[in-house]
Amino acid sequence: MTSSAPAMLRRSPLDDIHDAAGARMVPFAGWRMPVQYGGVLAEHHAVRTSAGIFDVSHMGQFVVRGESAHASLQRVLGNSLDRLADVGHAQYTLLLNDAGGIEDDLIAYRREHGEYLLVVNASRREHDLAWLRREVDAGCIVEDVSDSWAMLALQGPAALGVLADAYVDLLDTPAFRSVDVVLEGERCIVATTGYTGEQGCEMLVPTAAAAAVWTRITSDPRVTPCGLAARDTLRLEACFPLHGNDITPETDAVSAGLGWTIGWDTPQFTGAEALRAVRDAGPARRLVPLRAEGRGIPRAGCAVHVPSGEVIGTVSSGTMSPTLGVGIALAWIEAEHASVDSGVTIDVRGRRVQAIVSRRPFHRDPPPPPAR
Amino acid sequence: MADATYPAELRYHREHDWASVDGDIATFGITWWAQDALGDVVFFDPPDVGAAIRADESYGELESVKAVSDLIAPLDGEVVEVNQAVVDSPELVNDDPYGAWLVRVRMSDATQVDGLLDAEAYQALIG
Repeated sequence: MTSSAPAMLRRSPLDDIHDAAGARMVPFAGWRMPVQYGGVLAEHHAVRTSAGIFDVSHMGQFVVRGESAHASLQRVLGNSLDRLADVGHAQYTLLLNDAGGIEDDLIAYRREHGEYLLVVNASRREHDLAWLRREVDAGCIVEDVSDSWAMLALQGPAALGVLADAYVDLLDTPAFRSVDVVLEGERCIVATTGYTGEQGCEMLVPTAAAAAVWTRITSDPRVTPCGLAARDTLRLEACFPLHGNDITPETDAVSAGLGWTIGWDTPQFTGAEALRAVRDAGPARRLVPLRAEGRGIPRAGCAVHVPSGEVIGTVSSGTMSPTLGVGIALAWIEAEHASVDSGVTIDVRGRRVQAIVSRRPFHRDPPPPPAR
Repeated sequence: MADATYPAELRYHREHDWASVDGDIATFGITWWAQDALGDVVFFDPPDVGAAIRADESYGELESVKAVSDLIAPLDGEVVEVNQAVVDSPELVNDDPYGAWLVRVRMSDATQVDGLLDAEAYQALIG
């Protein structure tokens, strides 16, 4: 641990609840957040088999409004808002720079009256706010409403059943839809979105009602409180990138495998030329999932080699997959070695661990039985 | 998960390892505090039987989902036994950090035991 005095950490509206539950708390993006309650493996399995609830109140929320809101966001974000066919529809999209690099990844929601709600990473909230305000047209207002909202993610095969019993039935609602609904007397936004690879929802709840919603949901025996450690193992099994690790302003969207999020037909958007060039030439490096075949857990920074020895890339995120029982990673590697089933070795603290380029996602790609 | 305990009959190293001595054989493991800090243990990387280990130096690794941790030897010795049960089921370390011993060594200098902390001193250290 470093010996510098910590800056004041922001507290979630659920801070007292986490302490009362005995959560291990850690600093994250300037907030005091639960990293685990009962243990990362148990929490991870709860989400894969039943339901888990996460406090993600540290994330940022912006409302973008004004006559030029649509035009501004069409230019500044990579995905096309025209794919949002109706109020309540949402999409995963990227905040791009001129090189096609990823300043942040976020969810954009189409709201009433031509307004948009953006939910951004906690670590990028200040950056994104300044960036958007600088880039949008005059007359487009970007309002930071983060402090008004707590955010809870309820994820897992039983999650929508829990939600239906507690509050509202979204069992037949497609993914990436949001509804306005009153929970515990407060106007909330509930969306069929998530970061775990399971069905479920994310709830934006005014801070005054956050504790009541959390308490109501966790009173359901199907639900386990989960922390940031499980959030990371779940998203990595699902092959979702983490900004700051796997995707950065220096990594372009096409090479990152996120070309599907780009609205290529939008006439003008930041990064368009650079991304078209990468798409047409083919990326030189790609972000790919790797599954270890031996003992050892790849971690960010580990070198990736071809079996014959030369370095072909670097791990950007790694962990032990609780579902598979082996190490998994996302890594940036030279495109010619990035095909599924290619064998590589990963240098884990001086030892070479065999690994294979996997399909996405990991947890629904069981390896064939080992040859004996 | 196990409750926080620090058995009085053990000796402790400031790097959160315990030692139990029987004749010229010492048994090593990690304390409750260490397994709590590590989180769910998923791999135990032991030394080979016959390896020489030195006090205050790493003799192996425990890896959890989030981090890898060096195991620091409380005493000098030669490894005579590795706990295969922990190699096979690393989570035993979280469930029972004092029952789930890691290695046994033949001590080269039993007087080193005097330099270790007792349970009270170790608990004062971790606060």
